[in-house]
Amino acid sequence: MADHHDDLPKFCHPVPTKLLFGVFFALIFLTILTVVVSALAGSMGIPSAFMFPIAMTLATAKAFLVCAFFMHMWWDKSFNVIAFLSSLLFVSLFICMTLMDTGHYQSTIESYDVNQMPGVAELESEPAE
Amino acid sequence: MAVADHSHDHHDDHHDHGEFIAHHFDSPEQQFDSGKLGIWLFLVTEVLFFSGLFVAYTLYRNHHPEIFDQAHVYLNKYLGGLNTIVLLFSSLTMALGVRSAQLGKNKSCGIYVLITMVCASMFLGVKAVEYSHKWDMGILVRSAFDFTYTHPDQTIISGLSNYLVYLSVIPLLLLVGFIITSVVFRLIDKAVWSKFWMGMAITVGGYFLGVVIGYLFMAAKIGEAKHAYIEPVRPIALYAMTQDTDHAKEDHAKSDHVKGDGHDKDHDDEHDDEHHDAAHANGEHHDDHGHGEHHGEIPEFDRNVGTFFSIYYCMTGLHAIHIIAGIIALGWLYFRCLNNHWRSDYFGPVDYVGLYWHLVDLIWIYLFPLLYLID
Amino acid sequence: MVDSSARKALFDTPETHFLNCTKGWKSWAFTLDHKRIGIMYLIGVTIALLLAGTFALVLRTHLWAFDGALPMSDDMYNQMFTLHGAVMVFSFIIPSVPAALGNIVLPMMLGAKDVAFPRMNLASFYLWIIGTGMLLAAILSGYGLDTGWTFYTPYSIETQTGVIWATFGAFVLGFSSIFTGLNFLVTVNTMRSKGQGWFQLPLFIWSLYATAIIQVLATPVLGITLLMLIAEKTMHIGIFDPKYGGDPVLFQHFFWFYSHPAVYIMILPAMGVISELISVYSQKRIFGYSFIAFSSVAIALLGFLVWGHHMFTSGQSQVVTLIFSAITFTVAIPSAVKVFNWLATLYKGSILLNTPMCFALSFIFLFGIGGLTGLFLGALSTDIHLHDTYFVVAHFHFVMVGGTLTALLGGVFHWWPKVWGRMYNDFLGRVSCFMVFAGFNLTFFPQFVMGSRGMPRRYASYDPEFLAFHQLSTIGAFVLGWGIVLAVGVLIYAAIKGPRCGANPFKAASLEWQSSSPPDFHNFVHNPLLNDPYDFDAMVFDEELGTYISREFADPSKVPPRKEPVHH
Repeated sequence: MADHHDDLPKFCHPVPTKLLFGVFFALIFLTILTVVVSALAGSMGIPSAFMFPIAMTLATAKAFLVCAFFMHMWWDKSFNVIAFLSSLLFVSLFICMTLMDTGHYQSTIESYDVNQMPGVAELESEPAE
Repeated sequence: MAVADHSHDHHDDHHDHGEFIAHHFDSPEQQFDSGKLGIWLFLVTEVLFFSGLFVAYTLYRNHHPEIFDQAHVYLNKYLGGLNTIVLLFSSLTMALGVRSAQLGKNKSCGIYVLITMVCASMFLGVKAVEYSHKWDMGILVRSAFDFTYTHPDQTIISGLSNYLVYLSVIPLLLLVGFIITSVVFRLIDKAVWSKFWMGMAITVGGYFLGVVIGYLFMAAKIGEAKHAYIEPVRPIALYAMTQDTDHAKEDHAKSDHVKGDGHDKDHDDEHDDEHHDAAHANGEHHDDHGHGEHHGEIPEFDRNVGTFFSIYYCMTGLHAIHIIAGIIALGWLYFRCLNNHWRSDYFGPVDYVGLYWHLVDLIWIYLFPLLYLID
Repeated sequence: MVDSSARKALFDTPETHFLNCTKGWKSWAFTLDHKRIGIMYLIGVTIALLLAGTFALVLRTHLWAFDGALPMSDDMYNQMFTLHGAVMVFSFIIPSVPAALGNIVLPMMLGAKDVAFPRMNLASFYLWIIGTGMLLAAILSGYGLDTGWTFYTPYSIETQTGVIWATFGAFVLGFSSIFTGLNFLVTVNTMRSKGQGWFQLPLFIWSLYATAIIQVLATPVLGITLLMLIAEKTMHIGIFDPKYGGDPVLFQHFFWFYSHPAVYIMILPAMGVISELISVYSQKRIFGYSFIAFSSVAIALLGFLVWGHHMFTSGQSQVVTLIFSAITFTVAIPSAVKVFNWLATLYKGSILLNTPMCFALSFIFLFGIGGLTGLFLGALSTDIHLHDTYFVVAHFHFVMVGGTLTALLGGVFHWWPKVWGRMYNDFLGRVSCFMVFAGFNLTFFPQFVMGSRGMPRRYASYDPEFLAFHQLSTIGAFVLGWGIVLAVGVLIYAAIKGPRCGANPFKAASLEWQSSSPPDFHNFVHNPLLNDPYDFDAMVFDEELGTYISREFADPSKVPPRKEPVHH
């Protein structure tokens, strides 16, 4: 895929200029597409529930292009790729567990009124040590 | 240790082989692989560092979608889109810079790195326009949130924002300083240093380019909307001070009998203890009940909207800090480009900084639709 | 054995070694040598240990009487235990085994000259100093810190004490920890000797690798959590602060997403040390190598799935509570795998009961108790009863002190002759081990009893019915304290005045013992001969050198040529 230079060390892997420019224009296209879809969503009759997945899919497509070609992941050692992608696993774990839990106790938070809590006035008037 | 010279260095290469190979590595390849794995792991830590904010975003968006619906209209999606394109372009030039370094073309690598830096500070310039505009409107973090207009078209502000002027002071000083330094080095015949500082001056110039373009975008919008303008608000420090005294008076009147002396001491202690930035001083004394009547005038506007902007400022602020760190790292690369350090068996630092830069771009790729394009 | 001079050149204590190859304070302050950085780390964490230990003794002295024996206000008591916890956790335990011992030993075990990023290694040490300084600045600021080491919201937002200093200190310490972890991951991946496969690595490396995974994945979350807390405290951004519509329980999620895995940052390297000690001092191949190796990785990964068990009573939803409780029990499996393998290694081994081994055996005992009592706390119904009592305090001290501190001391005694080339007084070492063991049990066993009877933690005074238990505990704490001081004394004396020891006095087989003691600046003056780190039969005693060497080295013709050192 990349330029082949016999005389370069094997860890040196220049990406062809054409490919880089191609990726760049694809990214610009996707960006404009995202903005346009978002602006015209109402008139195109896309239900708003779909907007978020669409936006995220487009963003992920862009992320893939950047990772694979700008960041040389396509040609990189698989260990590096796995190491990087595994971080997403932990992020999703973090998001899912907290989302699941906070979803269950939201009502408690919404009914919280600081002024009703016993001891608040005393706490605030307590002189600092 | 010695490695056959495969480099395509067209410049006069005075290096001995292995000059840049640290003593504990056996070969350039081992050194490169170590650095590469190191930077990937560093990117892992960066992803997890940002993950906290993404979690906060996801939770609040899930539990309070109405806040996000109300809030996002105050973000200018065209400025956001412009910034996205600027960053994508900088990613392209960065990738081209890595390619040049791999081929040992130090001069073109330097040019690409310089363009990347200019784009980076242009991004910051546009961001400064966005931030100052919001501060003018009183769109601040949750506790300081003081925005009273229910529609974005009512919020157009004419004239130069004071906040923008303040934000631009440091870049201006840097610009002047860099130019002077560059000239001084020219006078004492240190061409490389002179070039380097001139490059940094051009970089800072990118910030002002960003400010101008951002402002033109805003002005275009003012032109098309024919609504009442509001005056720019007072400078932030002054604003905070007046808020402080007003609020203190109010508080005393309200709660003299409860709090007495201890209250005063409280306030003083806080002031000594924490380093307030202006927004803080502003925020601390705005609690919900303190300004109840003020907000009573517009009941339909949810004050919790401030939470969205808290998250917005945290995410974009942290991202901006990463951009600044990136500019510093790129400046270091630029300096080494000028010294013709890169060869095809030694280009690691360009590659590593490049990866970091692309990650900053990646994060923005997600931030843009998440913050600006909510519908 | 033909001519010993070639062997002497390799294994006798050399004229110049890493301790004296350069001189002056600058050669230490700006050193990039992993061994020197490790020693500086060791000194640093020892100071932190003694400081935070002194805080603990003040607490215990105060608790001698049920209404407080010292003229100390309750607020001061709160500040005292907070600083004890924060300094112990962030400044002592987390860097203790990996950053101090690991730094000294890890590159040598791989046959490498240094870690992959020596400058980053030094930066990690200086960040540690800055971070610890900022934690302590919380005291010096005159406000103290009284949130507990966990900085729970909303109290940490409301309190007037030095939360910002302390959180920023912990943030900086987090970066120090990330740097160490990242360095180790890369070093193990790219700098192993030629032909050294993953399964030829000593188990200490595996455990450090697993630890480093946690450091890299979890610590950044602590960083962002603390930054958000600082933003919340200064600007009230309304994410954690219920006054502004925030969610205080969310802070606990954030905090424990890091801090539970961090518990394994504390214990995993200790387990690695124990694997080495048990095997060497039983002179027997470690039983179940791959099980121990993979159980380290399993613990590291499972550690990310159980953070909610710290929040059973803090408003977490029942569904999530059940999930976390169930997964918590699974952590017991890899932990037990390790303990069983150590016991199986001991079985029919030729056991040498010297100081490191005594520490290793006490580790197994104390960690066993600490781990098993953890099951009580992981079980929902009993945890509701035991939550925030002395039972919890005793449980985590059994794991963190009985586990990590004991392993640290054992490891230091094990590698001390390697670092300084001098032997310690084994009798006094064993006395210190006995004092630590006895004192520790006397301190914390009564706390299990008190806790199960309802003595809440973090209280400055208590019901008189607990008096006897508290007094026993206080006596034990002083015995423990003096035991540690004695151990430190024995080690310092050995480093200065101890008798010279050979390259490998313990007949250990891993690579670091193939260097001279103290090692050369580049660790090895020859290319280390790859051998199985647990093949003790390959080691023979060399009469002329007075030490154990690998069988291949007995024949000088097989001694690999000296490497050309590259000096900068």
